[in-house]
Amino acid sequence: MGNPQSQPQAEREEGISGEVAPHLDAEESVGTTPGQAAQSLAHGRGQRKGMRTTAFFLSRVYLLIMLMVILGPLGNILLGKGMRRIGAAAAWSPAEIIHFLTLLSRSGLIWLGVACLLAFFAAYMLVLSWADYSYVQPASAMAYGMVALLGHFLLGEAVTPVRWAGVLIICAGVLVVGHTPPRTTELK
Amino acid sequence: MAEEIILLLLIVVAGTGGELCVARTMQVVGPATDVRPAALCRLIVRVLGIGWMWLGLSLMALAFFSLLEMLSLENVSFVVPVTALSYGFGALGGRVFLQEQVTRKRWAGVLLVCIGVGLVLIGKR
Repeated sequence: MGNPQSQPQAEREEGISGEVAPHLDAEESVGTTPGQAAQSLAHGRGQRKGMRTTAFFLSRVYLLIMLMVILGPLGNILLGKGMRRIGAAAAWSPAEIIHFLTLLSRSGLIWLGVACLLAFFAAYMLVLSWADYSYVQPASAMAYGMVALLGHFLLGEAVTPVRWAGVLIICAGVLVVGHTPPRTTELK
Repeated sequence: MAEEIILLLLIVVAGTGGELCVARTMQVVGPATDVRPAALCRLIVRVLGIGWMWLGLSLMALAFFSLLEMLSLENVSFVVPVTALSYGFGALGGRVFLQEQVTRKRWAGVLLVCIGVGLVLIGKR
């Protein structure tokens, strides 16, 4: 047990999660590099600030994952609806392709769908700059639950019991992953 | 059958591999400090100058076309639930490729997500 390698898991997680916040807090302060600010924090700017920044960091990660969970399915639904309204191209002649692209560019649903997916990808890249991939990927699976909920409550679709069970298990999985520190790697 | 297995591997491995490359890109870039539109545009330009990003986008495109090809060979009800495996592969990739600490708790969560996604996709009717 004296070996640091065999330190309990929970203890190691706490240590890692504590390291994350100062790094991110560092970037908030103007004119300091992450390394400098992390050092000054390490030299004792206080535990309270560390806790505050941990909460701030977590809220940013949760907010962006929430945005991803909403924007991804919404973008796909809008694109699907837009494409169904336009219909498939009848032939692949140049004239037909130009006509098809003109229809696409005039569709508000398509533009909205593309905007949602672009915003989704921006949120995805941002959250990956703050948190682990192995944290973000399972957390974003909440999108499956969101689709089932939206389908049931907004569109009145029937959701089978197997699907509800799946949604509940995903939520449980996301809760378990959410109890691990979002970032476990050192910043470069 | 061999073609189906190769396509399934491509869907899971190339799809998750592509996302891992994007994650690697963001590790190289470092944490975003400014989320205003102009700063985001600069971030995107910077990201597009990194080789990992292009590799990631290429792998994602490969996975997408493999999925389309697979859908022409097999039923959606068989193909789509297999994508649940990508969560397990993603955690493994995060550990090996990105040196993330995937604790037992995180593995347990990932396993639950895999099972849940599989059930959601199977229960789609």
